[in-house]
Amino acid sequence: MHPHISTFYLASVRVRAAELLPWIVALAAFFLFPDFLSLGARILIYILLVLSLDLVIGYAGIVTLGHAAFFGIGAYTAGILSAHFGIKDPLLQLAAAGTVACLVGFGTGLYVLRTSGLTLIMLTLAISALCLEVANKATSWTGGADGLSGVTIAPILGYFRFDLWGKTAYLYSLAVLFVVWWLVRTLLNSPFGASLAGIRDNRTRMEGIGALVNRRLVQVYSISAGIAGLAGALLTQTNQFVGLNALGFELSGEILVMLVLGGVGRLYGAFIGTAAYLIAQDQLAKKFPEDWYLGVGILLVGVTMFARGGLLGALDSLTARLRRALKL
Amino acid sequence: MTPALEVKGLCRSFGALIVADHIDFQLERGARHALIGPNGAGKSTFVNLLAGRLRPDAGRILLDGQDITRLSAAHRVKRGIGRTFQTNTLFRHLAVLDNVALAIAERMGVSGQLFRAASAHQEVIEEARALLTMLNLMALEKTVVRDLPYGQQRLVEIAIALGLRPRVLILDEPAAGVPSHESYLIFDAISQMPADIAILFIEHDMDLVFRFARRITVLASGAILMEGTPKEVESDRKVREIYLGESRG
Repeated sequence: MHPHISTFYLASVRVRAAELLPWIVALAAFFLFPDFLSLGARILIYILLVLSLDLVIGYAGIVTLGHAAFFGIGAYTAGILSAHFGIKDPLLQLAAAGTVACLVGFGTGLYVLRTSGLTLIMLTLAISALCLEVANKATSWTGGADGLSGVTIAPILGYFRFDLWGKTAYLYSLAVLFVVWWLVRTLLNSPFGASLAGIRDNRTRMEGIGALVNRRLVQVYSISAGIAGLAGALLTQTNQFVGLNALGFELSGEILVMLVLGGVGRLYGAFIGTAAYLIAQDQLAKKFPEDWYLGVGILLVGVTMFARGGLLGALDSLTARLRRALKL
Repeated sequence: MTPALEVKGLCRSFGALIVADHIDFQLERGARHALIGPNGAGKSTFVNLLAGRLRPDAGRILLDGQDITRLSAAHRVKRGIGRTFQTNTLFRHLAVLDNVALAIAERMGVSGQLFRAASAHQEVIEEARALLTMLNLMALEKTVVRDLPYGQQRLVEIAIALGLRPRVLILDEPAAGVPSHESYLIFDAISQMPADIAILFIEHDMDLVFRFARRITVLASGAILMEGTPKEVESDRKVREIYLGESRG
Protein backbone atom coordinates (compact mmCIF):
# COMPACT_ATOMS: atom_id res chain seq x y z
CA MET A 1 0.00 0.00 0.00
CA HIS A 2 2.87 2.37 0.74
CA PRO A 3 5.69 1.40 -1.54
CA HIS A 4 7.59 4.57 -0.75
CA ILE A 5 7.75 4.44 3.06
CA SER A 6 9.85 1.60 4.37
CA THR A 7 11.60 3.30 7.22
CA PHE A 8 10.67 5.80 9.88
CA TYR A 9 13.60 5.49 12.23
CA LEU A 10 16.16 6.04 9.48
CA ALA A 11 14.15 8.58 7.48
CA SER A 12 15.09 12.19 7.02
CA VAL A 13 12.25 14.46 8.02
CA ARG A 14 13.61 17.52 6.26
CA VAL A 15 11.08 19.18 3.97
CA ARG A 16 11.82 18.31 0.35
CA ALA A 17 11.52 20.97 -2.35
CA ALA A 18 8.52 19.21 -3.92
CA GLU A 19 6.64 19.51 -0.64
CA LEU A 20 6.68 23.29 -0.98
CA LEU A 21 4.93 23.08 -4.33
CA PRO A 22 1.33 22.98 -3.04
CA TRP A 23 1.94 26.11 -0.98
CA ILE A 24 3.60 27.98 -3.83
CA VAL A 25 0.72 27.03 -6.14
CA ALA A 26 -1.84 28.07 -3.53
CA LEU A 27 -0.20 31.47 -3.01
CA ALA A 28 0.25 32.00 -6.75
CA ALA A 29 -3.41 31.14 -7.33
CA PHE A 30 -4.38 33.83 -4.86
CA PHE A 31 -2.81 36.49 -7.08
CA LEU A 32 -3.47 34.92 -10.49
CA PHE A 33 -7.13 33.94 -10.12
CA PRO A 34 -8.83 36.59 -7.97
CA ASP A 35 -12.21 35.60 -9.42
CA PHE A 36 -11.90 32.02 -8.24
CA LEU A 37 -11.10 32.59 -4.60
CA SER A 38 -14.36 31.19 -3.29
CA LEU A 39 -13.79 28.00 -5.28
CA GLY A 40 -10.20 28.13 -4.04
CA ALA A 41 -11.30 28.36 -0.40
CA ARG A 42 -13.66 25.44 -0.96
CA ILE A 43 -10.80 23.41 -2.40
CA LEU A 44 -8.58 24.20 0.59
CA ILE A 45 -11.32 23.25 3.05
CA TYR A 46 -11.97 19.98 1.27
CA ILE A 47 -8.25 19.23 1.15
CA LEU A 48 -8.28 19.52 4.93
CA LEU A 49 -11.21 17.12 5.13
CA VAL A 50 -9.69 14.63 2.68
CA LEU A 51 -6.38 14.84 4.55
CA SER A 52 -8.19 13.78 7.72
CA LEU A 53 -9.74 10.90 5.79
CA ASP A 54 -6.33 9.83 4.51
CA LEU A 55 -5.09 9.70 8.08
CA VAL A 56 -7.67 7.03 8.99
CA ILE A 57 -7.95 5.15 5.71
CA GLY A 58 -4.49 5.47 4.27
CA TYR A 59 -2.37 5.46 7.39
CA ALA A 60 -4.40 3.63 10.01
CA GLY A 61 -6.17 1.26 7.62
CA ILE A 62 -9.59 2.10 9.11
CA VAL A 63 -12.09 2.03 6.27
CA THR A 64 -14.93 4.44 6.95
CA LEU A 65 -17.88 5.69 4.95
CA GLY A 66 -19.11 8.07 7.58
CA HIS A 67 -16.40 10.65 7.85
CA ALA A 68 -18.68 13.49 6.77
CA ALA A 69 -20.35 13.15 10.19
CA PHE A 70 -17.37 14.82 11.86
CA PHE A 71 -17.20 17.49 9.18
CA GLY A 72 -20.90 18.21 9.75
CA ILE A 73 -20.50 18.21 13.53
CA GLY A 74 -17.74 20.80 13.19
CA ALA A 75 -19.81 22.85 10.76
CA TYR A 76 -22.86 22.85 13.04
CA THR A 77 -20.80 23.54 16.15
CA ALA A 78 -19.41 26.71 14.58
CA GLY A 79 -22.82 27.70 13.19
CA ILE A 80 -24.73 27.07 16.42
CA LEU A 81 -22.15 28.95 18.49
CA SER A 82 -22.65 31.97 16.28
CA ALA A 83 -26.40 31.81 15.68
CA HIS A 84 -27.52 30.74 19.17
CA PHE A 85 -24.79 31.74 21.58
CA GLY A 86 -23.44 34.89 19.97
CA ILE A 87 -19.90 33.48 19.98
CA LYS A 88 -18.69 34.95 16.73
CA ASP A 89 -14.93 34.77 17.10
CA PRO A 90 -13.74 32.48 14.28
CA LEU A 91 -10.74 31.03 16.11
CA LEU A 92 -12.81 30.23 19.18
CA GLN A 93 -15.39 28.52 16.96
CA LEU A 94 -12.64 26.64 15.20
CA ALA A 95 -11.23 25.36 18.47
CA ALA A 96 -14.69 24.39 19.72
CA ALA A 97 -15.59 22.62 16.46
CA GLY A 98 -12.35 20.65 16.46
CA THR A 99 -12.80 19.67 20.10
CA VAL A 100 -16.43 18.58 19.75
CA ALA A 101 -15.72 16.54 16.61
CA CYS A 102 -12.69 14.99 18.30
CA LEU A 103 -14.73 13.98 21.35
CA VAL A 104 -17.47 12.47 19.19
CA GLY A 105 -14.77 10.64 17.24
CA PHE A 106 -13.37 9.32 20.51
CA GLY A 107 -16.75 8.24 21.85
CA THR A 108 -17.86 6.49 18.69
CA GLY A 109 -14.38 5.17 17.93
CA LEU A 110 -14.28 3.30 21.24
CA TYR A 111 -17.16 1.13 20.03
CA VAL A 112 -16.84 1.19 16.27
CA LEU A 113 -13.14 0.32 16.10
CA ARG A 114 -13.65 -2.99 17.88
CA THR A 115 -14.97 -4.18 14.55
CA SER A 116 -13.35 -4.26 11.14
CA GLY A 117 -14.17 -4.80 7.49
CA LEU A 118 -17.77 -4.60 6.40
CA THR A 119 -19.12 -4.30 9.93
CA LEU A 120 -16.97 -1.27 10.50
CA ILE A 121 -18.12 0.33 7.25
CA MET A 122 -21.76 -0.28 8.15
CA LEU A 123 -21.30 1.15 11.64
CA THR A 124 -19.63 4.31 10.38
CA LEU A 125 -22.44 4.70 7.87
CA ALA A 126 -25.01 4.20 10.61
CA ILE A 127 -23.41 6.79 12.86
CA SER A 128 -23.35 9.38 10.13
CA ALA A 129 -26.99 8.56 9.31
CA LEU A 130 -27.86 9.16 12.97
CA CYS A 131 -26.07 12.51 12.95
CA LEU A 132 -27.92 13.49 9.79
CA GLU A 133 -31.26 12.60 11.32
CA VAL A 134 -30.52 14.48 14.51
CA ALA A 135 -29.58 17.58 12.50
CA ASN A 136 -32.71 17.14 10.40
CA LYS A 137 -35.06 16.83 13.37
CA ALA A 138 -33.54 19.35 15.81
CA THR A 139 -34.86 22.23 13.72
CA SER A 140 -34.80 24.80 16.49
CA TRP A 141 -31.04 24.31 16.78
CA THR A 142 -30.01 23.46 13.25
CA GLY A 143 -32.73 24.90 11.02
CA GLY A 144 -33.41 21.36 9.78
CA ALA A 145 -33.72 20.93 6.05
CA ASP A 146 -33.68 24.69 5.51
CA GLY A 147 -30.22 24.92 6.95
CA LEU A 148 -28.90 27.15 9.68
CA SER A 149 -28.86 30.80 8.71
CA GLY A 150 -28.13 33.88 10.75
CA VAL A 151 -24.52 32.80 11.12
CA THR A 152 -22.29 35.84 11.41
CA ILE A 153 -18.59 35.72 11.95
CA ALA A 154 -16.45 38.37 13.61
CA PRO A 155 -13.21 39.49 11.95
CA ILE A 156 -10.28 37.12 12.51
CA LEU A 157 -8.21 38.32 15.50
CA GLY A 158 -10.58 41.30 15.49
CA TYR A 159 -8.95 42.64 12.37
CA PHE A 160 -9.42 40.58 9.16
CA ARG A 161 -13.01 40.78 7.95
CA PHE A 162 -14.51 38.06 5.76
CA ASP A 163 -14.95 39.94 2.48
CA LEU A 164 -17.26 39.47 -0.47
CA TRP A 165 -14.49 38.26 -2.77
CA GLY A 166 -13.32 35.56 -0.47
CA LYS A 167 -9.78 36.90 0.00
CA THR A 168 -9.84 36.51 3.76
CA ALA A 169 -11.61 33.17 3.55
CA TYR A 170 -8.97 31.88 1.15
CA LEU A 171 -5.95 32.97 3.16
CA TYR A 172 -7.54 31.94 6.45
CA SER A 173 -8.31 28.45 5.11
CA LEU A 174 -4.81 28.25 3.68
CA ALA A 175 -3.29 29.16 7.04
CA VAL A 176 -5.36 26.55 8.90
CA LEU A 177 -4.54 23.91 6.28
CA PHE A 178 -0.85 24.74 6.56
CA VAL A 179 -0.79 24.35 10.33
CA VAL A 180 -2.73 21.07 10.21
CA TRP A 181 -0.57 19.74 7.37
CA TRP A 182 2.50 20.41 9.47
CA LEU A 183 0.99 18.67 12.49
CA VAL A 184 -0.11 15.66 10.42
CA ARG A 185 3.27 15.44 8.75
CA THR A 186 4.98 15.55 12.13
CA LEU A 187 2.65 12.91 13.51
CA LEU A 188 3.24 10.59 10.57
CA ASN A 189 7.00 10.77 11.03
CA SER A 190 6.81 10.20 14.77
CA PRO A 191 7.05 6.87 16.61
CA PHE A 192 3.27 7.03 16.68
CA GLY A 193 3.20 7.22 12.88
CA ALA A 194 5.65 4.34 12.69
CA SER A 195 3.41 2.27 14.94
CA LEU A 196 0.44 2.98 12.66
CA ALA A 197 2.49 1.59 9.78
CA GLY A 198 3.20 -1.42 11.97
CA ILE A 199 -0.48 -1.97 12.69
CA ARG A 200 -1.31 -1.74 9.00
CA ASP A 201 1.48 -4.10 8.08
CA ASN A 202 0.91 -6.77 10.72
CA ARG A 203 -1.56 -6.31 13.52
CA THR A 204 -0.74 -9.65 15.18
CA ARG A 205 2.94 -8.78 15.42
CA MET A 206 2.05 -5.34 16.77
CA GLU A 207 0.10 -7.00 19.59
CA GLY A 208 3.01 -9.40 19.94
CA ILE A 209 5.32 -6.51 20.83
CA GLY A 210 2.93 -5.23 23.45
CA ALA A 211 1.21 -2.46 21.51
CA LEU A 212 -2.30 -1.63 22.61
CA VAL A 213 -3.50 -1.58 19.04
CA ASN A 214 -7.07 -0.63 19.69
CA ARG A 215 -6.17 2.31 21.87
CA ARG A 216 -3.88 3.63 19.16
CA LEU A 217 -6.56 3.32 16.51
CA VAL A 218 -9.02 5.22 18.70
CA GLN A 219 -6.37 7.91 19.14
CA VAL A 220 -5.79 8.42 15.44
CA TYR A 221 -9.51 8.22 14.73
CA SER A 222 -10.20 11.00 17.25
CA ILE A 223 -7.43 13.16 15.84
CA SER A 224 -8.77 12.67 12.35
CA ALA A 225 -12.32 13.46 13.48
CA GLY A 226 -11.03 16.66 15.07
CA ILE A 227 -9.38 17.73 11.83
CA ALA A 228 -12.57 16.98 9.90
CA GLY A 229 -14.37 19.16 12.46
CA LEU A 230 -11.95 22.03 11.81
CA ALA A 231 -12.70 21.72 8.09
CA GLY A 232 -16.43 21.83 8.84
CA ALA A 233 -16.03 25.00 10.88
CA LEU A 234 -14.10 26.61 8.04
CA LEU A 235 -16.95 25.81 5.65
CA THR A 236 -19.49 27.42 7.98
CA GLN A 237 -17.34 30.48 8.46
CA THR A 238 -16.63 31.05 4.79
CA ASN A 239 -20.26 30.41 3.71
CA GLN A 240 -21.92 31.91 6.81
CA PHE A 241 -24.42 29.08 6.45
CA VAL A 242 -24.70 25.39 7.30
CA GLY A 243 -26.87 22.91 5.41
CA LEU A 244 -27.66 19.23 5.91
CA ASN A 245 -25.43 18.27 2.99
CA ALA A 246 -22.43 18.93 5.26
CA LEU A 247 -23.40 15.66 7.00
CA GLY A 248 -24.63 13.53 4.11
CA PHE A 249 -23.56 10.16 2.76
CA GLU A 250 -22.88 11.80 -0.54
CA LEU A 251 -20.12 13.86 0.97
CA SER A 252 -18.54 10.83 2.67
CA GLY A 253 -18.47 9.06 -0.68
CA GLU A 254 -17.28 12.09 -2.56
CA ILE A 255 -14.27 12.70 -0.33
CA LEU A 256 -13.32 9.04 -0.66
CA VAL A 257 -13.38 9.51 -4.44
CA MET A 258 -11.13 12.56 -4.10
CA LEU A 259 -8.69 10.61 -1.95
CA VAL A 260 -8.58 7.64 -4.32
CA LEU A 261 -8.15 10.01 -7.23
CA GLY A 262 -5.14 11.67 -5.62
CA GLY A 263 -3.60 8.57 -4.05
CA VAL A 264 -4.35 6.92 -0.69
CA GLY A 265 -1.75 7.06 2.06
CA ARG A 266 0.46 9.58 0.35
CA LEU A 267 -0.25 12.72 2.36
CA TYR A 268 -0.22 14.85 -0.81
CA GLY A 269 -2.84 12.67 -2.51
CA ALA A 270 -5.42 14.70 -0.60
CA PHE A 271 -4.07 17.90 -2.13
CA ILE A 272 -3.91 16.82 -5.74
CA GLY A 273 -7.01 14.60 -5.73
CA THR A 274 -9.25 17.19 -4.13
CA ALA A 275 -8.03 20.01 -6.35
CA ALA A 276 -8.36 17.91 -9.51
CA TYR A 277 -11.82 16.69 -8.57
CA LEU A 278 -13.27 20.05 -7.60
CA ILE A 279 -11.74 21.93 -10.52
CA ALA A 280 -12.92 19.26 -12.96
CA GLN A 281 -16.35 19.38 -11.37
CA ASP A 282 -16.44 23.19 -11.64
CA GLN A 283 -15.36 23.22 -15.28
CA LEU A 284 -17.53 20.29 -16.36
CA ALA A 285 -20.55 21.74 -14.60
CA LYS A 286 -20.12 24.96 -16.54
CA LYS A 287 -19.73 23.28 -19.93
CA PHE A 288 -22.14 20.38 -19.48
CA PRO A 289 -24.54 21.50 -16.78
CA GLU A 290 -26.74 18.45 -17.26
CA ASP A 291 -24.36 15.55 -17.44
CA TRP A 292 -21.14 16.67 -15.81
CA TYR A 293 -21.32 13.73 -13.43
CA LEU A 294 -20.63 11.50 -16.41
CA GLY A 295 -17.33 13.30 -16.90
CA VAL A 296 -16.41 12.81 -13.22
CA GLY A 297 -17.32 9.14 -13.58
CA ILE A 298 -15.12 8.67 -16.63
CA LEU A 299 -12.25 10.41 -14.83
CA LEU A 300 -12.58 8.03 -11.90
CA VAL A 301 -12.85 4.90 -14.03
CA GLY A 302 -9.75 6.03 -15.92
CA VAL A 303 -7.78 6.54 -12.71
CA THR A 304 -8.75 3.22 -11.15
CA MET A 305 -7.98 1.35 -14.36
CA PHE A 306 -4.82 3.04 -15.49
CA ALA A 307 -3.41 4.77 -12.46
CA ARG A 308 -3.40 2.49 -9.42
CA GLY A 309 -2.33 4.59 -6.51
CA GLY A 310 -4.14 7.61 -7.94
CA LEU A 311 -2.59 10.55 -9.71
CA LEU A 312 0.43 10.51 -7.42
CA GLY A 313 0.88 6.78 -7.98
CA ALA A 314 0.82 7.41 -11.73
CA LEU A 315 3.38 10.17 -11.30
CA ASP A 316 5.59 7.82 -9.28
CA SER A 317 5.57 5.07 -11.89
CA LEU A 318 6.11 7.63 -14.67
CA THR A 319 9.22 9.06 -13.02
CA ALA A 320 10.46 5.54 -12.27
CA ARG A 321 10.03 4.63 -15.94
CA LEU A 322 11.77 7.84 -17.06
CA ARG A 323 14.66 7.17 -14.73
CA ARG A 324 15.05 3.65 -16.09
CA ALA A 325 14.84 4.93 -19.68
CA LEU A 326 17.54 7.52 -19.00
CA LYS A 327 19.83 4.91 -17.48
CA LEU A 328 19.47 2.62 -20.48
CA MET B 1 12.92 -19.18 44.41
CA THR B 2 9.75 -18.63 42.41
CA PRO B 3 10.10 -19.93 38.88
CA ALA B 4 10.06 -17.39 36.02
CA LEU B 5 6.91 -18.94 34.65
CA GLU B 6 4.58 -21.39 36.26
CA VAL B 7 1.54 -23.13 34.82
CA LYS B 8 -1.01 -24.92 36.98
CA GLY B 9 -3.70 -27.25 35.67
CA LEU B 10 -4.01 -25.60 32.29
CA CYS B 11 -6.86 -26.94 30.16
CA ARG B 12 -8.18 -26.04 26.79
CA SER B 13 -10.28 -27.87 24.26
CA PHE B 14 -11.73 -27.11 20.86
CA GLY B 15 -15.09 -28.82 20.93
CA ALA B 16 -14.45 -32.46 21.74
CA LEU B 17 -10.75 -32.17 20.96
CA ILE B 18 -8.65 -31.71 24.08
CA VAL B 19 -5.51 -29.78 23.18
CA ALA B 20 -4.30 -28.94 26.67
CA ASP B 21 -5.02 -31.52 29.35
CA HIS B 22 -4.25 -30.36 32.90
CA ILE B 23 -0.76 -29.16 32.13
CA ASP B 24 1.50 -28.38 35.09
CA PHE B 25 4.74 -26.80 34.08
CA GLN B 26 7.55 -24.70 35.48
CA LEU B 27 10.15 -22.63 33.70
CA GLU B 28 13.09 -21.78 35.97
CA ARG B 29 14.93 -18.48 35.84
CA GLY B 30 17.55 -18.48 33.13
CA ALA B 31 16.18 -21.78 31.83
CA ARG B 32 17.04 -23.31 28.47
CA HIS B 33 14.03 -25.49 28.22
CA ALA B 34 12.83 -27.35 25.14
CA LEU B 35 9.28 -28.42 24.47
CA ILE B 36 9.04 -31.34 22.09
CA GLY B 37 6.36 -33.68 20.90
CA PRO B 38 4.92 -35.13 17.73
CA ASN B 39 2.74 -33.11 15.40
CA GLY B 40 -0.61 -32.37 16.97
CA ALA B 41 0.75 -32.82 20.49
CA GLY B 42 -0.52 -29.35 21.43
CA LYS B 43 2.79 -27.48 21.45
CA SER B 44 1.53 -24.48 19.51
CA THR B 45 -1.64 -24.38 21.57
CA PHE B 46 0.46 -24.34 24.71
CA VAL B 47 2.54 -21.44 23.39
CA ASN B 48 -0.58 -19.53 22.41
CA LEU B 49 -2.02 -20.09 25.86
CA LEU B 50 1.19 -18.78 27.45
CA ALA B 51 1.40 -15.79 25.14
CA GLY B 52 -2.25 -14.89 25.58
CA ARG B 53 -3.49 -15.49 22.07
CA LEU B 54 -5.74 -18.25 23.42
CA ARG B 55 -7.75 -18.27 26.64
CA PRO B 56 -7.57 -21.38 28.81
CA ASP B 57 -10.77 -23.14 29.88
CA ALA B 58 -9.24 -23.76 33.26
CA GLY B 59 -5.93 -23.36 35.07
CA ARG B 60 -3.59 -20.54 35.95
CA ILE B 61 -0.48 -18.97 34.50
CA LEU B 62 1.92 -17.18 36.82
CA LEU B 63 4.75 -14.92 35.77
CA ASP B 64 7.22 -14.39 38.63
CA GLY B 65 4.48 -15.59 40.95
CA GLN B 66 1.91 -13.11 39.63
CA ASP B 67 -1.27 -14.35 37.99
CA ILE B 68 -1.41 -13.27 34.34
CA THR B 69 -4.08 -15.73 33.21
CA ARG B 70 -6.54 -12.99 32.37
CA LEU B 71 -4.16 -10.54 30.72
CA SER B 72 -4.27 -9.89 26.97
CA ALA B 73 -1.35 -10.80 24.72
CA ALA B 74 -0.17 -7.19 24.62
CA HIS B 75 -0.27 -6.80 28.40
CA ARG B 76 1.68 -10.04 28.86
CA VAL B 77 4.38 -8.63 26.63
CA LYS B 78 4.52 -5.57 28.82
CA ARG B 79 4.94 -7.86 31.86
CA GLY B 80 7.90 -9.58 30.22
CA ILE B 81 6.81 -12.46 28.01
CA GLY B 82 8.34 -12.18 24.55
CA ARG B 83 7.79 -14.63 21.75
CA THR B 84 8.68 -15.45 18.20
CA PHE B 85 6.19 -16.98 15.81
CA GLN B 86 6.39 -20.33 14.09
CA THR B 87 5.82 -18.73 10.71
CA ASN B 88 7.41 -15.36 10.23
CA THR B 89 5.17 -12.68 11.63
CA LEU B 90 7.05 -9.56 10.68
CA PHE B 91 6.50 -6.07 9.36
CA ARG B 92 7.26 -7.17 5.85
CA HIS B 93 7.05 -3.78 4.22
CA LEU B 94 9.31 -2.06 6.71
CA ALA B 95 13.08 -1.95 6.97
CA VAL B 96 14.91 -4.38 9.26
CA LEU B 97 15.83 -1.62 11.69
CA ASP B 98 12.24 -0.40 11.90
CA ASN B 99 11.04 -3.91 12.73
CA VAL B 100 13.26 -3.95 15.77
CA ALA B 101 12.83 -0.26 16.62
CA LEU B 102 9.05 -0.65 16.79
CA ALA B 103 9.47 -3.27 19.51
CA ILE B 104 12.03 -1.21 21.42
CA ALA B 105 9.91 1.94 21.18
CA GLU B 106 6.94 0.00 22.47
CA ARG B 107 8.94 -1.28 25.44
CA MET B 108 10.40 2.15 26.22
CA GLY B 109 6.94 3.65 26.04
CA VAL B 110 7.83 6.22 23.39
CA SER B 111 5.70 4.78 20.63
CA GLY B 112 2.75 6.98 21.55
CA GLN B 113 4.78 10.13 20.97
CA LEU B 114 3.40 12.38 18.27
CA PHE B 115 5.58 15.43 18.06
CA ARG B 116 9.14 14.22 17.71
CA ALA B 117 10.36 12.44 14.61
CA ALA B 118 11.04 8.74 15.00
CA SER B 119 14.50 9.34 13.54
CA ALA B 120 15.25 11.77 16.39
CA HIS B 121 14.80 9.02 18.98
CA GLN B 122 18.48 8.11 19.14
CA GLU B 123 18.04 5.91 22.23
CA VAL B 124 15.73 3.61 20.25
CA ILE B 125 17.93 3.55 17.16
CA GLU B 126 21.12 2.85 19.10
CA GLU B 127 19.62 -0.07 20.95
CA ALA B 128 18.19 -1.46 17.72
CA ARG B 129 21.60 -1.21 16.07
CA ALA B 130 23.28 -2.96 18.98
CA LEU B 131 20.86 -5.87 18.59
CA LEU B 132 21.32 -5.98 14.83
CA THR B 133 25.06 -6.00 15.29
CA MET B 134 24.81 -8.90 17.71
CA LEU B 135 22.76 -10.85 15.19
CA ASN B 136 24.93 -9.91 12.22
CA LEU B 137 22.13 -8.00 10.57
CA MET B 138 23.65 -4.54 10.80
CA ALA B 139 24.57 -4.35 7.12
CA LEU B 140 20.93 -4.99 6.28
CA GLU B 141 19.36 -2.36 8.52
CA LYS B 142 17.80 -0.51 5.60
CA THR B 143 16.66 -3.59 3.71
CA VAL B 144 12.93 -4.16 3.56
CA VAL B 145 12.14 -7.42 5.37
CA ARG B 146 10.29 -9.10 2.53
CA ASP B 147 13.46 -8.81 0.41
CA LEU B 148 15.48 -10.86 2.91
CA PRO B 149 16.17 -14.58 2.54
CA TYR B 150 14.07 -16.69 4.88
CA GLY B 151 16.85 -17.49 7.31
CA GLN B 152 17.56 -13.85 7.93
CA GLN B 153 13.88 -13.15 8.33
CA ARG B 154 13.94 -15.70 11.15
CA LEU B 155 16.73 -13.69 12.75
CA VAL B 156 14.64 -10.53 12.52
CA GLU B 157 11.90 -12.46 14.29
CA ILE B 158 14.38 -13.15 17.10
CA ALA B 159 15.69 -9.57 17.08
CA ILE B 160 12.18 -8.21 17.59
CA ALA B 161 11.64 -10.53 20.56
CA LEU B 162 14.97 -9.53 22.11
CA GLY B 163 14.08 -5.87 21.61
CA LEU B 164 11.34 -6.42 24.16
CA ARG B 165 13.97 -7.42 26.78
CA PRO B 166 11.74 -10.25 27.93
CA ARG B 167 12.24 -12.14 31.18
CA VAL B 168 10.65 -15.13 29.52
CA LEU B 169 11.27 -15.77 25.85
CA ILE B 170 9.26 -18.30 23.89
CA LEU B 171 10.82 -19.41 20.62
CA ASP B 172 8.29 -21.22 18.47
CA GLU B 173 10.33 -23.39 16.10
CA PRO B 174 13.03 -20.77 15.56
CA ALA B 175 14.74 -22.76 12.81
CA ALA B 176 11.57 -23.86 11.01
CA GLY B 177 11.83 -23.44 7.28
CA VAL B 178 15.47 -22.40 7.40
CA PRO B 179 17.68 -24.30 4.96
CA SER B 180 20.19 -26.43 6.88
CA HIS B 181 23.20 -24.48 5.59
CA GLU B 182 21.73 -21.34 7.19
CA SER B 183 20.52 -22.84 10.45
CA TYR B 184 23.85 -22.06 12.16
CA LEU B 185 22.71 -18.42 12.05
CA ILE B 186 19.83 -19.26 14.34
CA PHE B 187 21.96 -21.53 16.57
CA ASP B 188 24.53 -18.79 17.04
CA ALA B 189 21.88 -16.23 17.86
CA ILE B 190 20.34 -18.43 20.52
CA SER B 191 23.68 -19.25 22.10
CA GLN B 192 24.41 -15.54 22.45
CA MET B 193 21.26 -14.69 24.32
CA PRO B 194 21.66 -13.15 27.78
CA ALA B 195 21.93 -15.85 30.43
CA ASP B 196 19.25 -14.39 32.69
CA ILE B 197 16.44 -14.78 30.14
CA ALA B 198 14.35 -17.87 30.70
CA ILE B 199 13.98 -19.47 27.29
CA LEU B 200 11.35 -21.97 26.29
CA PHE B 201 11.78 -23.29 22.80
CA ILE B 202 9.74 -25.58 20.68
CA GLU B 203 11.77 -27.39 18.11
CA HIS B 204 11.63 -30.30 15.74
CA ASP B 205 15.32 -30.16 15.00
CA MET B 206 16.75 -32.60 17.57
CA ASP B 207 20.31 -31.33 17.05
CA LEU B 208 19.19 -27.93 18.19
CA VAL B 209 17.26 -29.39 21.10
CA PHE B 210 20.10 -31.51 22.44
CA ARG B 211 22.62 -28.77 21.86
CA PHE B 212 20.89 -26.06 23.85
CA ALA B 213 18.32 -27.59 26.15
CA ARG B 214 19.18 -28.21 29.77
CA ARG B 215 15.71 -29.54 30.38
CA ILE B 216 13.19 -31.07 28.03
CA THR B 217 9.46 -31.47 28.36
CA VAL B 218 7.73 -33.98 26.11
CA LEU B 219 4.15 -33.24 25.18
CA ALA B 220 1.76 -35.79 23.65
CA SER B 221 -1.97 -35.47 23.07
CA GLY B 222 -2.17 -32.26 25.02
CA ALA B 223 -0.62 -33.72 28.18
CA ILE B 224 2.91 -33.83 29.56
CA LEU B 225 4.41 -37.24 28.88
CA MET B 226 7.61 -36.65 30.80
CA GLU B 227 10.12 -34.03 31.77
CA GLY B 228 13.81 -34.35 32.43
CA THR B 229 17.35 -33.69 31.36
CA PRO B 230 18.24 -34.38 27.74
CA LYS B 231 19.90 -37.62 28.81
CA GLU B 232 16.86 -38.82 30.70
CA VAL B 233 14.57 -37.97 27.81
CA GLU B 234 16.80 -39.57 25.23
CA SER B 235 16.94 -42.83 27.15
CA ASP B 236 13.25 -42.95 28.01
CA ARG B 237 11.61 -45.85 26.28
CA LYS B 238 8.15 -44.27 26.03
CA VAL B 239 9.57 -41.15 24.43
CA ARG B 240 11.61 -43.16 21.99
CA GLU B 241 8.53 -45.06 20.95
CA ILE B 242 6.24 -42.10 20.63
CA TYR B 243 8.49 -39.45 19.40
CA LEU B 244 12.15 -39.96 18.74
CA GLY B 245 11.58 -43.26 17.03
CA GLU B 246 9.19 -41.68 14.61
CA SER B 247 11.17 -38.61 13.75
CA ARG B 248 14.58 -40.23 13.58
CA GLY B 249 13.55 -43.51 12.18
